[in-house]
Amino acid sequence: MDLHVTLRGKRQTLQLKNPVLTASGTFGYGAEFSAYGNLSSLGGFIVKGLSLLPRQGNATPRVVETCAGMLNAVGLQNDGVEHFLNKTLPRLPWQHTAVIANIYAASAEEFASLAARLDADERLSALEVNISCPNVKEGGVLFGQDPRLAAEVTSAVCESAPHKHIIVKLSPNVTDIAAMALAVEAAGADSISCINTLQGMSIDYVTRRPRLANVIGGLSGPAIKPVALRCVWQVACAVKIPVIGIGGISCCEDILEFIIAGASAIEIGTANFMDPRAAFTMVQDLPKLCARLGITSLDELRGSLKLD
Amino acid sequence: MKAERCVELTVLDLVPFGQTGSAPLFFALRLTCPNWPQWTPGQFVMVRPFSFGLEIPWARPLGICHVNSQHLICFFQVLGRGTQRLAGVRSGDKVLVWGPLGNGFAMEENTPTLLLAGGMGIAPFVGYVHRHPQPWNLNMLFGHRPPLDCYPVDSINERIPLDTLHETIPGDLDNLIFSLEERIRDNAEQNGLVLACGPLPFLRTVHGFALKYHARAQLSLENRMACGVGACLGCVTKVRKTNKTQAVQSTEYQQVCTRGPVFWANDLVL
Ligand SMILES: Cc1cc2nc3c(=O)[nH]c(=O)nc-3n(C[C@H](O)[C@H](O)[C@H](O)COP(=O)(O)OP(=O)(O)OC[C@H]3O[C@@H](n4cnc5c(N)ncnc54)[C@H](O)[C@@H]3O)c2cc1C
Ligand SMILES: Cc1cc2nc3c(=O)[nH]c(=O)nc-3n(C[C@H](O)[C@H](O)[C@H](O)COP(=O)(O)O)c2cc1C
Ligand code: FES
Repeated sequence: MDLHVTLRGKRQTLQLKNPVLTASGTFGYGAEFSAYGNLSSLGGFIVKGLSLLPRQGNATPRVVETCAGMLNAVGLQNDGVEHFLNKTLPRLPWQHTAVIANIYAASAEEFASLAARLDADERLSALEVNISCPNVKEGGVLFGQDPRLAAEVTSAVCESAPHKHIIVKLSPNVTDIAAMALAVEAAGADSISCINTLQGMSIDYVTRRPRLANVIGGLSGPAIKPVALRCVWQVACAVKIPVIGIGGISCCEDILEFIIAGASAIEIGTANFMDPRAAFTMVQDLPKLCARLGITSLDELRGSLKLD
Repeated sequence: MKAERCVELTVLDLVPFGQTGSAPLFFALRLTCPNWPQWTPGQFVMVRPFSFGLEIPWARPLGICHVNSQHLICFFQVLGRGTQRLAGVRSGDKVLVWGPLGNGFAMEENTPTLLLAGGMGIAPFVGYVHRHPQPWNLNMLFGHRPPLDCYPVDSINERIPLDTLHETIPGDLDNLIFSLEERIRDNAEQNGLVLACGPLPFLRTVHGFALKYHARAQLSLENRMACGVGACLGCVTKVRKTNKTQAVQSTEYQQVCTRGPVFWANDLVL
């Protein structure tokens, strides 16, 4: 079965050998997982959120396990864009699979400079714009909660990176995710990925303290899958550009559900922690599952939700 | 056969340790052999029984105690829901294991080496004393609260003398701290090596004395972990940056799973 996926944006098209990507922040820079599978077999991987300058990240504890999920408040610790381009990227198999940079900034101007810095680099297939991080003080989820700000960031990035396919990553922490999707589509986004984490918290009843130093964090993992499916479906119904589904995917059956809801591709996040082979296994198992169900093309499956 | 880093192993048996009253809380977990080319004491594995399902997403990090052609052995103590569920596995159950992970302890044949263990921090030293080519250079101090027979002390006692300090009343803690200071000072005077593993308060005490007496010391940290492979940045600890040109010392967060779990005491900010 042909697993090839074409994400046809308004400006740029992104070709993927299969719909399985790995989600930012859950797959390091890819190299961390090279001992557990063939990176080149993936549809692509999205690296840890990058900022213009290095960021130390939040205080610890930064992660806590919850029921069927986890909370994180890592705070975008990273070595900055220059270190990434000079030291990390050369060691990644960008010739063989799509390497996608996930970018974060505190203002539209800073987003623009970061996008401009990455635009000329042919080793990157696309940029994913994180306007939905709940764990940083400045910007972060704020951009993702106001359609006007989201559009502003989107057009700034699109203008500064004319050669790149621009994916805008939406937050579920909004009242109307379809409105956000329409705003970034109108501002030029080539595709939309959703969802980022849901805001949550965890309390230790003995010490009466929050379990995260940051008090609140982002919930991910199997627990959020129903929310993610709902968001993907609402977004896919609202926009014409491709949608990438994220949230709680832990097996191939989950992937099919997201495609049926309207996703063209998907990202594997927390499942990478449950089994470091997870994404690689899903790439191998997906065609087998489709064959068993008599599915011959992903195009036929996409958005095929029956409503009566 | 190509060595695989992540494998599905089968539980051979789960043996309870000690008589702690009702339900046993200390276990030796014996799994089928993972077929690794090599490993170093102080390294660990991520262990995820299939019974975790989707409900308990993270694997649990456990120190590697013993590996041979037949089996892999880890010791663990039941603390929360993960180790509780792990204590329910039976012979024949499947467990996902990835490793060996991280960096092990330094091993210097001819150096007088002091091993300091607090509670389950004893686990990595089981392999260490068996691997050490000149065990007469080792001596060990073990502080614990539950009875001694809850811990894998016999296999250590076979090779080296083990001094134990049972903490039952608050005054015992002062004793332990006093002994730690004395031993670390003596070791530093001999230009020896100090290796420590245990709960954070224990490590902080060791850290303080190691810096005070300029001992060469390594500490093994037990931060909570989600991935074990350096990807989630959840397990980080503050480490001094080695930048000779800067007058002001700076720090950075490093992953305990890949840059540790064993760190030189001098590098750590605890
Ligand atoms: C490298 C490494 C090696 C280890 N080796 C062993 C070993 O050989 N044997 C062994 O028994 N254990 C070992 N541990 C510790 C073991 O991984 C934990 O005890 C286990 O993950 C607890 O899981 P749980 O679900 O039972 O407890 P949880 O429900 O996760 O926690 C139980 C209680 O402990 C607290 N807690 C959990 N993690 C931490 C932490 N990191 N610091 C402070 N408090 C915490 C929780 O808040 C809670 O109150 C090791 C840990 C590391 C990082
Ligand atoms: C530890 C951790 C770190 C993350 N870091 C980022 C990040 O840097 N940028 C980003 O856009 N999303 C980040 N995310 C969100 C994920 O990419 C993903 O959207 C979310 O976890 C939902 O998917 P999942 O349920 O499959 O994990 C992070 C998630 C986790 C668990
Ligand atoms: S446990 Fe994920 S980085 Fe260490």
